[in-house]
Amino acid sequence: MEGLKRTPLFPLYANYGAKVIDFGGWELPVQFSSIIEEHHAVRTLAGLFDVSHMGEVMIEGPDATACVQYLITNDISKLQINQAVYAALCYPNGGIVDDLLVYKQGEQKYLLVINASNIDKDVDWILSHAIGDVTIENISSKTAQLALQGPVAEKVLQRMTATDLSEIAYFTFEDDVEVAGVKTLVSRTGYTGEDGFELYLDAADAPALWEKILEEGKADGVVPCGLGARDTLRFEARLPLYGQELGPDISPLEAGIGFAVKLQKEADFIGKEALQKQKEEGVSRKLVGIELIGRGIPRNGYPVYAADAAETDEAIGYVTSGTQSPTLKKNLGLALIKADYAAIGTNLTVEIRGKRIEAVTVKAPFYKR
Amino acid sequence: MSKVVENWLYSKEHEWVEVLGENRVRVGITDFAQNQLGDLVFVEIPQVGDEVTADETMGTVESVKAVSDLFSPVSGKVVEVNGELEDSPEVINSDAYGQGWMIVIELSNPDELSGLLTAGQYAAFVEEE
Repeated sequence: MEGLKRTPLFPLYANYGAKVIDFGGWELPVQFSSIIEEHHAVRTLAGLFDVSHMGEVMIEGPDATACVQYLITNDISKLQINQAVYAALCYPNGGIVDDLLVYKQGEQKYLLVINASNIDKDVDWILSHAIGDVTIENISSKTAQLALQGPVAEKVLQRMTATDLSEIAYFTFEDDVEVAGVKTLVSRTGYTGEDGFELYLDAADAPALWEKILEEGKADGVVPCGLGARDTLRFEARLPLYGQELGPDISPLEAGIGFAVKLQKEADFIGKEALQKQKEEGVSRKLVGIELIGRGIPRNGYPVYAADAAETDEAIGYVTSGTQSPTLKKNLGLALIKADYAAIGTNLTVEIRGKRIEAVTVKAPFYKR
Repeated sequence: MSKVVENWLYSKEHEWVEVLGENRVRVGITDFAQNQLGDLVFVEIPQVGDEVTADETMGTVESVKAVSDLFSPVSGKVVEVNGELEDSPEVINSDAYGQGWMIVIELSNPDELSGLLTAGQYAAFVEEE
Protein backbone atom coordinates (compact mmCIF):
# COMPACT_ATOMS: atom_id res chain seq x y z
CA MET A 1 0.00 0.00 0.00
CA GLU A 2 2.17 2.79 -1.28
CA GLY A 3 1.66 6.45 -0.54
CA LEU A 4 -0.35 5.78 2.59
CA LYS A 5 0.39 7.57 5.83
CA ARG A 6 1.40 5.59 8.89
CA THR A 7 1.32 6.26 12.61
CA PRO A 8 4.40 5.76 14.82
CA LEU A 9 2.87 2.45 15.90
CA PHE A 10 2.78 0.96 12.42
CA PRO A 11 5.91 -1.18 12.94
CA LEU A 12 4.25 -2.90 15.91
CA TYR A 13 0.96 -3.88 14.28
CA ALA A 14 2.24 -7.14 12.80
CA ASN A 15 3.44 -8.34 16.22
CA TYR A 16 -0.17 -8.25 17.38
CA GLY A 17 -1.68 -9.92 14.31
CA ALA A 18 -3.24 -6.80 12.84
CA LYS A 19 -5.13 -6.82 9.58
CA VAL A 20 -4.15 -3.52 8.01
CA ILE A 21 -6.29 -1.60 5.53
CA ASP A 22 -6.38 1.75 3.73
CA PHE A 23 -8.45 3.93 6.01
CA GLY A 24 -8.94 7.31 4.34
CA GLY A 25 -5.33 7.48 3.18
CA TRP A 26 -3.91 5.91 6.34
CA GLU A 27 -2.55 2.42 6.69
CA LEU A 28 -4.32 1.40 9.89
CA PRO A 29 -5.37 -1.80 11.68
CA VAL A 30 -9.03 -2.64 11.10
CA GLN A 31 -8.75 -5.50 13.59
CA PHE A 32 -6.24 -7.52 15.60
CA SER A 33 -8.27 -10.61 16.54
CA SER A 34 -11.88 -10.04 15.45
CA ILE A 35 -14.04 -6.94 15.43
CA ILE A 36 -16.71 -8.65 17.51
CA GLU A 37 -14.24 -9.98 20.11
CA GLU A 38 -12.56 -6.59 20.40
CA HIS A 39 -15.94 -4.88 20.69
CA HIS A 40 -16.97 -7.16 23.57
CA ALA A 41 -13.57 -6.71 25.23
CA VAL A 42 -14.12 -2.94 25.39
CA ARG A 43 -17.70 -3.30 26.67
CA THR A 44 -16.72 -5.77 29.40
CA LEU A 45 -12.99 -5.20 30.17
CA ALA A 46 -10.88 -2.83 28.08
CA GLY A 47 -9.16 -2.32 24.76
CA LEU A 48 -6.24 -0.23 23.55
CA PHE A 49 -6.55 1.70 20.29
CA ASP A 50 -3.93 3.47 18.23
CA VAL A 51 -5.61 6.71 17.19
CA SER A 52 -2.42 8.59 16.38
CA HIS A 53 -3.81 9.46 12.95
CA MET A 54 -6.07 12.04 14.63
CA GLY A 55 -4.97 15.64 14.13
CA GLU A 56 -3.86 18.10 16.80
CA VAL A 57 -3.70 21.86 16.39
CA MET A 58 -2.43 24.30 19.03
CA ILE A 59 -3.91 27.77 19.23
CA GLU A 60 -1.98 30.10 21.52
CA GLY A 61 -1.79 33.80 22.17
CA PRO A 62 -3.49 36.74 23.91
CA ASP A 63 -6.60 36.32 21.72
CA ALA A 64 -6.70 32.50 21.77
CA THR A 65 -10.03 32.35 23.63
CA ALA A 66 -11.71 34.84 21.30
CA CYS A 67 -10.31 33.05 18.28
CA VAL A 68 -11.52 29.61 19.35
CA GLN A 69 -14.89 31.09 20.33
CA TYR A 70 -15.26 32.46 16.80
CA LEU A 71 -14.33 29.14 15.18
CA ILE A 72 -16.42 26.68 17.20
CA THR A 73 -20.11 26.21 17.94
CA ASN A 74 -19.70 25.45 21.64
CA ASP A 75 -19.05 28.06 24.33
CA ILE A 76 -15.68 28.06 26.07
CA SER A 77 -16.18 31.28 28.02
CA LYS A 78 -16.65 29.31 31.25
CA LEU A 79 -14.28 26.48 30.38
CA GLN A 80 -11.65 25.95 33.07
CA ILE A 81 -8.06 25.00 32.51
CA ASN A 82 -7.87 21.18 32.31
CA GLN A 83 -11.40 20.92 30.98
CA ALA A 84 -12.33 19.74 27.51
CA VAL A 85 -15.38 20.35 25.38
CA TYR A 86 -16.87 18.77 22.25
CA ALA A 87 -17.76 21.14 19.42
CA ALA A 88 -18.13 21.63 15.69
CA LEU A 89 -16.42 23.93 13.23
CA CYS A 90 -19.12 25.18 10.91
CA TYR A 91 -19.34 26.89 7.55
CA PRO A 92 -21.31 30.14 7.38
CA ASN A 93 -24.31 28.12 6.07
CA GLY A 94 -24.27 25.90 9.14
CA GLY A 95 -22.75 22.85 7.42
CA ILE A 96 -19.97 21.10 9.31
CA VAL A 97 -16.27 21.53 8.55
CA ASP A 98 -15.38 19.03 11.26
CA ASP A 99 -16.21 17.94 14.79
CA LEU A 100 -13.52 18.24 17.42
CA LEU A 101 -12.45 18.26 21.04
CA VAL A 102 -11.11 21.50 22.51
CA TYR A 103 -8.74 21.20 25.47
CA LYS A 104 -8.05 24.28 27.54
CA GLN A 105 -4.40 23.95 28.54
CA GLY A 106 -3.90 27.53 29.68
CA GLU A 107 -5.70 30.89 29.73
CA GLN A 108 -4.19 31.53 26.30
CA LYS A 109 -3.61 28.01 25.09
CA TYR A 110 -5.98 25.53 23.47
CA LEU A 111 -5.43 22.13 21.91
CA LEU A 112 -7.88 21.20 19.16
CA VAL A 113 -8.21 17.53 18.27
CA ILE A 114 -9.60 16.97 14.79
CA ASN A 115 -10.34 14.11 12.42
CA ALA A 116 -7.45 12.56 10.51
CA SER A 117 -9.15 12.81 7.13
CA ASN A 118 -9.80 16.52 7.70
CA ILE A 119 -6.41 17.69 8.94
CA ASP A 120 -5.37 19.63 5.83
CA LYS A 121 -8.84 21.09 5.31
CA ASP A 122 -9.23 22.08 8.95
CA VAL A 123 -5.80 23.66 9.25
CA ASP A 124 -6.47 25.72 6.12
CA TRP A 125 -9.87 26.68 7.53
CA ILE A 126 -8.48 27.64 10.92
CA LEU A 127 -5.59 29.63 9.42
CA SER A 128 -7.86 31.55 7.09
CA HIS A 129 -10.55 32.28 9.70
CA ALA A 130 -8.51 32.81 12.85
CA ILE A 131 -8.95 36.21 14.47
CA GLY A 132 -6.76 38.32 16.76
CA ASP A 133 -3.26 37.81 18.04
CA VAL A 134 -2.72 34.04 17.97
CA THR A 135 -0.22 31.52 16.75
CA ILE A 136 -1.52 28.34 15.19
CA GLU A 137 0.54 25.20 14.95
CA ASN A 138 -0.33 21.87 13.42
CA ILE A 139 1.37 19.37 15.72
CA SER A 140 -0.39 16.31 14.28
CA SER A 141 2.66 14.48 13.00
CA LYS A 142 4.66 14.75 16.19
CA THR A 143 1.74 13.81 18.43
CA ALA A 144 0.59 10.26 19.02
CA GLN A 145 -2.70 9.28 20.62
CA LEU A 146 -3.60 6.05 22.40
CA ALA A 147 -7.10 5.34 23.68
CA LEU A 148 -7.57 2.91 26.55
CA GLN A 149 -11.28 2.28 26.79
CA GLY A 150 -13.46 0.04 28.92
CA PRO A 151 -14.54 -0.64 32.50
CA VAL A 152 -11.08 -1.72 33.71
CA ALA A 153 -9.20 1.11 31.94
CA GLU A 154 -8.75 3.19 35.09
CA LYS A 155 -7.62 0.25 37.22
CA VAL A 156 -4.95 -0.76 34.70
CA LEU A 157 -3.70 2.74 33.97
CA GLN A 158 -3.61 3.64 37.67
CA ARG A 159 -0.99 0.96 38.26
CA MET A 160 1.26 2.75 35.76
CA THR A 161 1.14 6.26 37.18
CA ALA A 162 1.47 8.15 40.47
CA THR A 163 -1.21 10.65 39.40
CA ASP A 164 -4.58 9.91 41.00
CA LEU A 165 -6.73 9.12 37.99
CA SER A 166 -9.95 9.19 40.01
CA GLU A 167 -9.38 12.95 40.21
CA ILE A 168 -9.66 13.21 36.43
CA ALA A 169 -13.41 13.53 35.83
CA TYR A 170 -15.23 12.92 32.55
CA PHE A 171 -14.19 15.56 29.98
CA THR A 172 -11.27 16.80 32.05
CA PHE A 173 -7.57 16.07 31.64
CA GLU A 174 -4.17 16.33 33.28
CA ASP A 175 -1.07 17.47 31.46
CA ASP A 176 2.44 16.08 31.98
CA VAL A 177 1.29 12.89 33.62
CA GLU A 178 3.99 10.24 33.79
CA VAL A 179 2.63 6.91 32.64
CA ALA A 180 5.28 4.18 32.85
CA GLY A 181 7.89 6.92 32.68
CA VAL A 182 6.38 8.52 29.58
CA LYS A 183 5.07 12.07 29.71
CA THR A 184 1.46 12.18 28.50
CA LEU A 185 -1.64 14.29 28.52
CA VAL A 186 -4.28 12.05 30.10
CA SER A 187 -7.85 12.88 29.16
CA ARG A 188 -10.97 11.12 30.41
CA THR A 189 -12.72 11.06 27.08
CA GLY A 190 -13.37 8.53 24.37
CA TYR A 191 -15.25 7.36 21.32
CA THR A 192 -16.67 4.06 22.51
CA GLY A 193 -19.47 4.80 24.97
CA GLU A 194 -17.35 3.35 27.79
CA ASP A 195 -15.31 4.93 30.55
CA GLY A 196 -11.69 5.34 29.56
CA PHE A 197 -8.83 7.60 28.68
CA GLU A 198 -7.22 9.18 25.67
CA LEU A 199 -3.48 9.69 26.03
CA TYR A 200 -1.61 12.27 23.99
CA LEU A 201 2.13 11.90 23.83
CA ASP A 202 5.23 12.47 21.80
CA ALA A 203 5.19 10.25 18.72
CA ALA A 204 8.60 8.83 19.60
CA ASP A 205 7.32 7.51 22.95
CA ALA A 206 4.21 5.83 21.56
CA PRO A 207 5.55 2.36 20.66
CA ALA A 208 7.03 1.80 24.13
CA LEU A 209 3.88 2.96 25.92
CA TRP A 210 1.64 0.84 23.68
CA GLU A 211 3.63 -2.26 24.60
CA LYS A 212 3.72 -1.39 28.31
CA ILE A 213 -0.03 -0.84 28.57
CA LEU A 214 -0.79 -4.11 26.82
CA GLU A 215 1.70 -5.93 29.03
CA GLU A 216 0.34 -4.36 32.22
CA GLY A 217 -3.28 -4.95 31.23
CA LYS A 218 -2.92 -8.44 29.87
CA ALA A 219 -4.13 -10.20 33.02
CA ASP A 220 -7.06 -7.76 33.23
CA GLY A 221 -8.18 -8.62 29.70
CA VAL A 222 -6.90 -5.54 27.88
CA VAL A 223 -6.52 -6.34 24.16
CA PRO A 224 -5.32 -4.32 21.19
CA CYS A 225 -8.29 -3.07 19.18
CA GLY A 226 -8.63 -1.87 15.62
CA LEU A 227 -10.72 0.74 13.90
CA GLY A 228 -13.42 -1.79 13.07
CA ALA A 229 -14.37 -2.15 16.74
CA ARG A 230 -13.92 1.57 17.27
CA ASP A 231 -16.57 2.11 14.61
CA THR A 232 -19.10 -0.40 16.01
CA LEU A 233 -18.57 0.92 19.55
CA ARG A 234 -19.07 4.55 18.61
CA PHE A 235 -22.04 3.58 16.46
CA GLU A 236 -23.88 1.86 19.32
CA ALA A 237 -23.26 4.94 21.47
CA ARG A 238 -24.53 7.17 18.62
CA LEU A 239 -21.28 9.12 18.51
CA PRO A 240 -21.21 10.69 15.07
CA LEU A 241 -18.54 10.04 12.45
CA TYR A 242 -17.48 12.79 10.08
CA GLY A 243 -18.25 11.80 6.49
CA GLN A 244 -21.30 9.79 7.61
CA GLU A 245 -23.39 11.50 10.29
CA LEU A 246 -21.57 14.81 9.80
CA GLY A 247 -20.58 16.70 6.67
CA PRO A 248 -20.61 20.02 4.85
CA ASP A 249 -24.26 19.51 3.85
CA ILE A 250 -25.39 18.47 7.34
CA SER A 251 -25.87 20.89 10.23
CA PRO A 252 -25.07 19.98 13.83
CA LEU A 253 -28.73 20.55 14.71
CA GLU A 254 -29.80 17.94 12.16
CA ALA A 255 -27.08 15.53 13.24
CA GLY A 256 -28.22 15.47 16.85
CA ILE A 257 -25.23 17.32 18.29
CA GLY A 258 -27.21 20.44 19.12
CA PHE A 259 -25.87 20.14 22.68
CA ALA A 260 -22.54 21.35 21.27
CA VAL A 261 -24.11 24.40 19.61
CA LYS A 262 -24.50 27.33 21.99
CA LEU A 263 -26.58 29.86 20.11
CA GLN A 264 -26.98 31.89 23.29
CA LYS A 265 -23.24 32.44 23.64
CA GLU A 266 -22.30 36.08 23.49
CA ALA A 267 -19.50 35.78 21.00
CA ASP A 268 -20.24 35.50 17.33
CA PHE A 269 -19.14 32.30 15.64
CA ILE A 270 -19.03 31.09 12.08
CA GLY A 271 -22.42 29.61 11.19
CA LYS A 272 -24.24 31.19 14.12
CA GLU A 273 -26.72 33.15 12.04
CA ALA A 274 -27.62 30.20 9.83
CA LEU A 275 -27.98 27.86 12.80
CA GLN A 276 -30.07 30.43 14.69
CA LYS A 277 -32.43 30.60 11.74
CA GLN A 278 -32.54 26.83 11.44
CA LYS A 279 -33.34 26.51 15.11
CA GLU A 280 -36.18 29.05 14.88
CA GLU A 281 -37.69 27.48 11.77
CA GLY A 282 -37.10 23.93 12.93
CA VAL A 283 -34.83 21.46 11.18
CA SER A 284 -36.22 19.69 8.14
CA ARG A 285 -34.13 16.56 8.70
CA LYS A 286 -33.19 14.60 11.80
CA LEU A 287 -30.77 11.84 12.62
CA VAL A 288 -32.71 8.84 13.95
CA GLY A 289 -31.98 5.31 15.06
CA ILE A 290 -33.56 2.56 12.97
CA GLU A 291 -33.96 -1.14 13.48
CA LEU A 292 -34.56 -3.51 10.60
CA ILE A 293 -37.62 -5.68 11.01
CA GLY A 294 -37.08 -7.57 7.75
CA ARG A 295 -33.88 -9.44 6.91
CA GLY A 296 -30.97 -7.18 6.09
CA ILE A 297 -28.40 -4.80 7.46
CA PRO A 298 -28.69 -1.07 6.82
CA ARG A 299 -25.49 0.44 5.44
CA ASN A 300 -24.14 3.90 4.68
CA GLY A 301 -25.95 5.46 1.73
CA TYR A 302 -28.93 3.10 1.54
CA PRO A 303 -32.12 5.09 0.76
CA VAL A 304 -34.93 5.23 3.33
CA TYR A 305 -38.61 5.42 2.31
CA ALA A 306 -41.87 6.03 4.11
CA ALA A 307 -43.63 2.74 4.95
CA ASP A 308 -46.48 3.50 2.57
CA ALA A 309 -44.34 4.96 -0.21
CA ALA A 310 -45.17 4.06 -3.80
CA GLU A 311 -42.43 2.78 -6.16
CA THR A 312 -42.15 6.25 -7.65
CA ASP A 313 -42.06 8.19 -4.39
CA GLU A 314 -38.84 9.86 -3.44
CA ALA A 315 -36.72 8.65 -0.56
CA ILE A 316 -37.22 10.49 2.73
CA GLY A 317 -33.55 10.19 3.60
CA TYR A 318 -30.67 7.77 3.81
CA VAL A 319 -28.72 5.59 6.19
CA THR A 320 -25.56 7.24 7.51
CA SER A 321 -24.14 4.24 9.42
CA GLY A 322 -25.33 0.72 10.04
CA THR A 323 -24.22 -2.70 11.09
CA GLN A 324 -25.28 -5.64 13.17
CA SER A 325 -24.79 -4.33 16.68
CA PRO A 326 -22.35 -6.70 18.39
CA THR A 327 -23.82 -5.86 21.82
CA LEU A 328 -27.51 -6.09 20.92
CA LYS A 329 -27.30 -8.54 18.00
CA LYS A 330 -29.82 -6.40 16.11
CA ASN A 331 -29.45 -4.94 12.64
CA LEU A 332 -29.37 -1.24 13.42
CA GLY A 333 -28.70 1.99 11.63
CA LEU A 334 -28.52 5.72 11.99
CA ALA A 335 -30.43 7.55 9.29
CA LEU A 336 -30.81 11.17 8.32
CA ILE A 337 -34.47 11.51 7.36
CA LYS A 338 -37.23 14.09 7.00
CA ALA A 339 -38.20 15.35 10.44
CA ASP A 340 -41.87 14.35 9.90
CA TYR A 341 -40.85 10.70 10.11
CA ALA A 342 -38.48 10.99 13.05
CA ALA A 343 -40.84 10.08 15.91
CA ILE A 344 -39.86 6.83 17.63
CA GLY A 345 -41.95 3.92 16.41
CA THR A 346 -42.42 5.22 12.86
CA ASN A 347 -42.49 2.47 10.24
CA LEU A 348 -40.14 2.91 7.28
CA THR A 349 -38.42 0.85 4.66
CA VAL A 350 -34.75 0.71 3.76
CA GLU A 351 -33.78 -0.14 0.21
CA ILE A 352 -31.23 -2.94 0.26
CA ARG A 353 -30.00 -4.23 -3.10
CA GLY A 354 -33.16 -3.11 -4.85
CA LYS A 355 -35.59 -4.44 -2.24
CA ARG A 356 -37.43 -2.39 0.34
CA ILE A 357 -37.00 -3.95 3.74
CA GLU A 358 -39.23 -3.05 6.70
CA ALA A 359 -37.71 -0.99 9.46
CA VAL A 360 -38.82 1.12 12.41
CA THR A 361 -37.34 4.16 14.12
CA VAL A 362 -35.99 3.37 17.58
CA LYS A 363 -34.32 5.21 20.43
CA ALA A 364 -30.65 6.06 19.99
CA PRO A 365 -28.05 5.76 21.52
CA PHE A 366 -28.64 2.03 21.14
CA TYR A 367 -26.27 1.42 24.03
CA LYS A 368 -25.62 3.33 27.23
CA ARG A 369 -23.30 2.13 29.94
CA MET B 1 -2.15 -19.11 6.78
CA SER B 2 -5.32 -19.99 5.02
CA LYS B 3 -6.24 -23.58 4.37
CA VAL B 4 -7.29 -25.31 1.16
CA VAL B 5 -8.75 -28.78 0.68
CA GLU B 6 -6.85 -31.01 -1.74
CA ASN B 7 -8.85 -32.34 -4.71
CA TRP B 8 -11.49 -29.64 -4.52
CA LEU B 9 -11.77 -26.87 -7.08
CA TYR B 10 -11.63 -23.11 -6.53
CA SER B 11 -12.66 -19.89 -8.24
CA LYS B 12 -10.72 -16.65 -8.35
CA GLU B 13 -13.66 -15.14 -6.49
CA HIS B 14 -12.71 -17.38 -3.54
CA GLU B 15 -15.45 -19.98 -3.73
CA TRP B 16 -14.71 -23.66 -3.27
CA VAL B 17 -16.36 -26.40 -5.31
CA GLU B 18 -16.59 -29.98 -4.07
CA VAL B 19 -17.63 -32.40 -6.80
CA LEU B 20 -20.25 -34.74 -5.35
CA GLY B 21 -20.78 -36.84 -8.49
CA GLU B 22 -23.84 -37.08 -10.72
CA ASN B 23 -23.17 -33.56 -12.01
CA ARG B 24 -23.61 -32.11 -8.57
CA VAL B 25 -21.27 -29.81 -6.70
CA ARG B 26 -21.31 -28.29 -3.24
CA VAL B 27 -20.19 -24.68 -2.99
CA GLY B 28 -18.96 -22.39 -0.25
CA ILE B 29 -16.37 -19.68 0.33
CA THR B 30 -12.75 -20.41 1.13
CA ASP B 31 -10.91 -20.05 4.38
CA PHE B 32 -8.96 -17.20 2.81
CA ALA B 33 -12.24 -15.44 1.96
CA GLN B 34 -13.75 -15.80 5.43
CA ASN B 35 -10.54 -14.57 6.96
CA GLN B 36 -10.44 -11.53 4.70
CA LEU B 37 -14.09 -10.71 5.37
CA GLY B 38 -13.87 -11.04 9.16
CA ASP B 39 -16.80 -11.85 11.44
CA LEU B 40 -19.76 -12.70 9.22
CA VAL B 41 -23.14 -11.57 10.50
CA PHE B 42 -25.43 -11.92 7.49
CA VAL B 43 -25.69 -14.26 4.52
CA GLU B 44 -28.09 -14.16 1.60
CA ILE B 45 -27.88 -17.18 -0.68
CA PRO B 46 -30.14 -18.48 -3.48
CA GLN B 47 -33.14 -20.68 -2.79
CA VAL B 48 -33.75 -24.23 -3.94
CA GLY B 49 -34.89 -24.10 -7.55
CA ASP B 50 -33.04 -20.89 -8.42
CA GLU B 51 -30.77 -20.87 -11.47
CA VAL B 52 -27.24 -19.56 -11.00
CA THR B 53 -24.72 -18.59 -13.67
CA ALA B 54 -20.96 -18.91 -13.57
CA ASP B 55 -19.22 -15.68 -12.56
CA GLU B 56 -22.49 -13.93 -11.83
CA THR B 57 -23.71 -12.75 -8.43
CA MET B 58 -25.58 -15.40 -6.52
CA GLY B 59 -25.86 -13.73 -3.14
CA THR B 60 -24.27 -11.58 -0.48
CA VAL B 61 -22.22 -12.01 2.64
CA GLU B 62 -21.88 -9.25 5.18
CA SER B 63 -19.31 -8.88 7.89
CA VAL B 64 -19.66 -6.41 10.73
CA LYS B 65 -17.91 -3.91 8.54
CA ALA B 66 -18.66 -4.62 4.90
CA VAL B 67 -20.93 -6.10 2.25
CA SER B 68 -19.51 -8.47 -0.36
CA ASP B 69 -21.08 -10.17 -3.35
CA LEU B 70 -20.96 -13.92 -3.77
CA PHE B 71 -20.24 -15.14 -7.28
CA SER B 72 -21.34 -18.53 -8.49
CA PRO B 73 -18.34 -20.57 -9.65
CA VAL B 74 -20.52 -22.65 -12.03
CA SER B 75 -23.89 -22.58 -13.79
CA GLY B 76 -26.87 -24.70 -12.91
CA LYS B 77 -29.85 -25.20 -10.65
CA VAL B 78 -29.73 -24.92 -6.89
CA VAL B 79 -30.91 -28.22 -5.40
CA GLU B 80 -29.93 -27.78 -1.74
CA VAL B 81 -29.16 -24.83 0.49
CA ASN B 82 -27.62 -24.61 3.93
CA GLY B 83 -30.50 -23.22 5.99
CA GLU B 84 -28.31 -22.96 9.08
CA LEU B 85 -26.52 -19.95 7.67
CA GLU B 86 -29.49 -17.64 8.09
CA ASP B 87 -29.27 -17.85 11.87
CA SER B 88 -25.61 -18.78 12.24
CA PRO B 89 -23.50 -17.14 9.54
CA GLU B 90 -20.53 -17.36 11.92
CA VAL B 91 -20.12 -21.06 11.09
CA ILE B 92 -18.56 -19.88 7.83
CA ASN B 93 -15.80 -18.28 9.91
CA SER B 94 -15.31 -21.32 12.08
CA ASP B 95 -15.71 -24.04 9.43
CA ALA B 96 -15.61 -22.65 5.90
CA TYR B 97 -15.16 -26.04 4.23
CA GLY B 98 -17.61 -27.95 6.40
CA GLN B 99 -20.61 -26.56 8.27
CA GLY B 100 -20.17 -23.30 6.39
CA TRP B 101 -21.17 -24.80 3.02
CA MET B 102 -23.70 -22.72 1.11
CA ILE B 103 -25.47 -24.51 -1.74
CA VAL B 104 -25.51 -27.65 -3.88
CA ILE B 105 -25.77 -27.00 -7.60
CA GLU B 106 -26.87 -29.37 -10.36
CA LEU B 107 -24.53 -28.42 -13.18
CA SER B 108 -25.98 -27.29 -16.48
CA ASN B 109 -22.54 -27.15 -18.06
CA PRO B 110 -20.08 -29.57 -16.41
CA ASP B 111 -17.32 -28.36 -18.76
CA GLU B 112 -17.11 -25.21 -16.61
CA LEU B 113 -15.32 -27.27 -13.95
CA SER B 114 -12.23 -27.45 -16.11
CA GLY B 115 -11.98 -23.67 -15.96
CA LEU B 116 -11.64 -23.66 -12.16
CA LEU B 117 -8.40 -23.73 -10.19
CA THR B 118 -6.93 -26.76 -8.47
CA ALA B 119 -6.05 -26.53 -4.78
CA GLY B 120 -2.43 -25.90 -5.68
CA GLN B 121 -3.28 -23.22 -8.23
CA TYR B 122 -5.64 -21.51 -5.82
CA ALA B 123 -3.08 -21.54 -3.01
CA ALA B 124 -0.58 -19.89 -5.38
CA PHE B 125 -3.25 -17.39 -6.50
CA VAL B 126 -3.99 -16.41 -2.90
CA GLU B 127 -0.30 -16.07 -2.17
CA GLU B 128 -0.18 -13.28 -4.76
CA GLU B 129 -3.30 -11.46 -3.54
